[in-house]
Amino acid sequence: MQAIVHKIADISCELSDAAAVLSSVDFTPMSGGCSPFMWGLTVFILACFVGYYVVWKVTPALHAPLMAVTNAISSVIIVGAVLATGQSESSFAKFVGFLATILTSINIFGGFLVTKRMLAMFRKKDK
Amino acid sequence: MSESFRAFLYLVSAVFFILALKGLSSAKTSMKGNMFGMFGMGIAVAIAFSIPQVSAYSLTVFGIIIGGLIGAFIAKKIEMTALPQLVAAFHSLVGLAAVLVAAGALNAPSAFGIDVIGCIMRGSLVEIGLGTAIGAITFTGSIVAFLKLQGIMGARPIILPNRHLINISLSGVILLSLLLFVLTKGHFFFWLLAATSFALGLLIILPVGGADMPVIVSMLNSYSGWAASGIGFTLNNTLLIITGALVGASGAILSYIMCKAMNRSIINVVLGGFGDAGASAGSSGGTQERRQVKQGSPEDAAFVMKNCSSLVVVPGYGMAVAQAQHALREMCSVLKSNGVKVRYAIHPVAGRMPGHMNVLLAEANIPYDDVFELEDINRDFPSTDVAYVIGANDVTNPAAKNDPQSPIYGMPILEVENAKTVFFVKRSMAAGYAGIENELFFRDNTMMLFGDAKKVTEEIVKALEG
Repeated sequence: MQAIVHKIADISCELSDAAAVLSSVDFTPMSGGCSPFMWGLTVFILACFVGYYVVWKVTPALHAPLMAVTNAISSVIIVGAVLATGQSESSFAKFVGFLATILTSINIFGGFLVTKRMLAMFRKKDK
Repeated sequence: MSESFRAFLYLVSAVFFILALKGLSSAKTSMKGNMFGMFGMGIAVAIAFSIPQVSAYSLTVFGIIIGGLIGAFIAKKIEMTALPQLVAAFHSLVGLAAVLVAAGALNAPSAFGIDVIGCIMRGSLVEIGLGTAIGAITFTGSIVAFLKLQGIMGARPIILPNRHLINISLSGVILLSLLLFVLTKGHFFFWLLAATSFALGLLIILPVGGADMPVIVSMLNSYSGWAASGIGFTLNNTLLIITGALVGASGAILSYIMCKAMNRSIINVVLGGFGDAGASAGSSGGTQERRQVKQGSPEDAAFVMKNCSSLVVVPGYGMAVAQAQHALREMCSVLKSNGVKVRYAIHPVAGRMPGHMNVLLAEANIPYDDVFELEDINRDFPSTDVAYVIGANDVTNPAAKNDPQSPIYGMPILEVENAKTVFFVKRSMAAGYAGIENELFFRDNTMMLFGDAKKVTEEIVKALEG
């Protein structure tokens, strides 16, 4: 546990250094060349390949936790839900955003915790 | 916080998600992987709060607390045997949330940064429409899968007349409303698109039978990912795009593995061909049911097991239904202390979702090293004294190898027929999910143990100890 905390502390130190560099650079001209859609598509296709290779490496015994955890992380659309709930342009959007926030939160907490429960069962036997 | 810095943090979060999946490559690293996943999600939510258009926080925090409490409660209380329906229910939530976020974006375009002077860009409309359609299909499809897995709806396929025609015309309406939505920007077409997609999701999953659920659950897993990606394109958010692609790829790979383990194509599963074949085979199978089987008692089984040197357990969905995994562990530890070599053989489609059996065995504290996949154990059956088939049926049916007429012909099976003695725990002589007779029941080296999987196993334990 302590090792993980240390590691997280290390990572966040490195991140804040990198962030300082990043925030001093202006990236906006980069996207001038192509449409946001092309940019998104590039990221999408590359991510599909990453997913393909990473998931084939998952041991079949852990396919159930894999489904639970992918379910949790696909609820990252909570980002959109938070934006819809927090904006002040449309109260209808606020309402649907609030519902979406609840739904995705159920998924995030439920998904990660049930994965944790399952993985703990697999770990017991290492002893 | 600047836009670039936020984009950078999104990237960090995406890397954490990739590490979360990578952690699952072994049981040892998986816990750490899950932590990475939670950490990545924490970062994502924190960034969302820092978006300048987000001006109110209390309602959001309230929503997260409600959802979090519900989610944590469910995760704590759920029985491991009910895992498949839990996952299906969770998928439906992602699907619905995607539809809701799309509706939000449509109504607050400038907050979502997708408009030019109050008018939504056409490209964004396409993305909103696609995200909504996939999300809506995921939602209703997962609900049906949930109802079937939970047993609220019968597991038998429900076949509507002319369903292919209905599905094709429904798909046509979806495409048309997408087109009109993009051209007219009318909210009416958005809701028409959502409604028809909801209907299509229902109709796609209704004809799918219980045994095909592992494929369907994986497929819906994949859809929930694509829906997240679709919303990511709408919001021009790379994190959502990357995560959606990861989840989509993961679900697609699992579907592929499940289909391969059943020797079927995904199209065949979705079109529900199995149901038709199963129904006809089941009715003709009724006439053969009078053939003689050897029936044994738990005491007989205990006697044989005690005197054997190796035993392979083949668990299936029936074990999950009867919650027999703990009794099974007990039986195997008694046998182990008597010097019997005990192993477990898991077919990829055993149970109702990928990895279902592994989790149940893990729950009962069965050692990881004793559990084998299909390819690793099959060649060992000829040198095995006893095969104990508990709640599995179709995955052991030799017809898959011998009978080209059989609907499961070509499916890889666990070759338990090669073991010296086979014990089959079954509630009755009823055919398995595929509706086909298992020829194995009538072999000389097979003994049927009729009864509830848990009770039979407990009685064997009693006889072993007595």
